[in-house]
Amino acid sequence: MQTKHKVNISISTIVIYVLLSLGALVMVFPFYWMITGAFKTAVQIQMFPPLWIPTSFALDNFQTALSMAPFATYFMNSVIAMIGCVSCCSFTTILGAFAFSRLDFPGKNIVFGLLLGLMMVPFEMIVITNYRTIIDLGVYNTIFALIVPFTSSIFYMYILKGFFDSVPTSLYYAAKIDGCSDWKYLWKVMVPLAKPSLVTIILLNAIATWNSFLWPMLAVSDPSVRTLPFGLYAFVSEGGAHTELMMAASTMIVVPMIILFMFARKQIVNGVARGGLKG
Amino acid sequence: MKITLSHITKQFAQTTAVSDFTAEIESGHLIALLGPSGCGKSTMLNMISGILPVTSGQILFDDNDVTDLSANRRGVGLVFQNYALYPHMTVMQNICFPLELQKVAKAERMERAMAMAKLVHVEELIDRKPSQLSGGQQQRVAIARALVKNPNVLLLDEPLSNLDARLRIEMREEIRRIQQETKITTIFVTHDQEEAMSISDKIVLMKLGVLQQMDVPQNLYDSPANCFVADFLGNPPINKTTGVVKDGGIQLDNGPLVHDDRFTNLKDGQRVTLSIRAEAATVTNENGNVDCVVDTTYIMGKESLAYVKLGDQRIRIYIPADHEFGEGSTLHLKLGKRGVFVFDETSGDRLI
Ligand SMILES: Nc1ncnc2c1ncn2[C@@H]1O[C@H](COP(=O)(O)OP(=O)(O)OP(=O)(O)O)[C@@H](O)[C@H]1O
Ligand SMILES: [Mg+2]
Repeated sequence: MQTKHKVNISISTIVIYVLLSLGALVMVFPFYWMITGAFKTAVQIQMFPPLWIPTSFALDNFQTALSMAPFATYFMNSVIAMIGCVSCCSFTTILGAFAFSRLDFPGKNIVFGLLLGLMMVPFEMIVITNYRTIIDLGVYNTIFALIVPFTSSIFYMYILKGFFDSVPTSLYYAAKIDGCSDWKYLWKVMVPLAKPSLVTIILLNAIATWNSFLWPMLAVSDPSVRTLPFGLYAFVSEGGAHTELMMAASTMIVVPMIILFMFARKQIVNGVARGGLKG
Repeated sequence: MKITLSHITKQFAQTTAVSDFTAEIESGHLIALLGPSGCGKSTMLNMISGILPVTSGQILFDDNDVTDLSANRRGVGLVFQNYALYPHMTVMQNICFPLELQKVAKAERMERAMAMAKLVHVEELIDRKPSQLSGGQQQRVAIARALVKNPNVLLLDEPLSNLDARLRIEMREEIRRIQQETKITTIFVTHDQEEAMSISDKIVLMKLGVLQQMDVPQNLYDSPANCFVADFLGNPPINKTTGVVKDGGIQLDNGPLVHDDRFTNLKDGQRVTLSIRAEAATVTNENGNVDCVVDTTYIMGKESLAYVKLGDQRIRIYIPADHEFGEGSTLHLKLGKRGVFVFDETSGDRLI
């Protein structure tokens, strides 16, 4: 009886693992195809049946791709845009979340309700407004154009406010008694306590900024201010369809994110599972 | 530091949590703020600390008006009922935090924090996080954090309510010891009368936001200002009987007439509450103040606790254990000098 029970468990476990493995394979395959493609020649990549394992691991394609477009500049732009967006956005998110969570001011709930309502407006709808804004600010075609629209996020603020709300009020009063101002309380108590939530927010924000495509394409045109995803797209359309070079370029774009993900995997997974965040 | 509270009122939306509270707390005293749940003790404490603004009234520390001073400038120490330690900091960092905010140099900070940690006996726990401490240890850390900045006033909001009976007694004696050592004016909130009696210089008793009486513990017990104070203090609770003044005595409702020389000045026909502490009535062979009938007795060793009937009304008294009093036997009761009070039935004001 007992052995049978055990067998049942292991069969269902096997089924689950087989299904999960299939899922993982489906997810991983495009990456595999991209990375191996980066090492193939123009002929090899068109072969049918496909060549599963590349014959050489020479870095020719990477060199060629790098020589054909200023990927180093694109990379720097991406990094600057990412750091700019993430630091500004984190700062405003922390301040906003604190104000809505802890401070009393007239119309607080109404303002917060309005902001939540705005979350329902998709980004694509306010693209034109944003476009006008950067034109009026005179930052069109500069790196600032990539940062300005993303200096605050209602969604992240909402998430962080949720966490701040869960911090007991008595801690706030205790800090007051200890001689803390609101500002010091925020940075010395609230922010350290919210570290796990904040790290998740920062990582998600960083990934979203790194991968963003639509806005950089609209906000900049000059190659010197392109970011990586837009640069890659331009590379494809301007340089003709050299699939193997595209693969090499894509690999270079994705690698930083993969490294980041590997280091912060636990944080991201925890954060997403706990807060039910979207990616 | 002397604390003067004058005509303090706190109004929340509909409820009046504290109304027209006036008291003066002498420097270096330990005051117990006592009262039933919801009577406004925490509200009072929070107003003194500056966490809550007053609706009206004035708070003075010595001669300085601090009514409008915010909490971080009043220089009070407050220990919360749930301790409110910072969970991300170690014990040492928790104790140092108020000094850090005062920009005290690091070496001095550590020295003072360590001295405090020793005072409350947590010097071996300084590297732990609050989550790794027991309730009693957390409380001591909270006290150290409140004391380290040398506050003028120490406020404690039911700091012992989460502890077991033994630790409570240990800790309240420790609080008393620390308070006497540091001579800080201290207000200690509790709804445990024994706790209040045992460690305080004076007790402030509140009911529904109104100050009932402020006095040294023994006076509160021996000479309550009104019926509520008499009811609140004492274990077992004071016996309450009702009746009407008649012929220089008190005619109990559906019961006998109680004679006493003290009752002769009462106004005939007035409805009163006659309250008698259990230890105030003794059995006598001569003519007592009133006769009663034994209902039930509980042997307690040295003496017995007996429920006796005065007509329809039951009271608790102690009778000597060597007396054999069966159920239904009649006793003569003599009322002692202490522990017998007469209150106006409607207002609760003390008449005798
Ligand atoms: N923020 C608030 N808003 C509205 N009413 C409040 C608020 N805080 C307290 N009250 C009310 O004020 C009264 C006094 O509350 P308080 O917390 O001071 O009581 P307490 O004596 O400390 O009671 P306990 O012994 O249970 O702690 C209560 O009736 C309570 O409901
Ligand atoms: Mg309370």
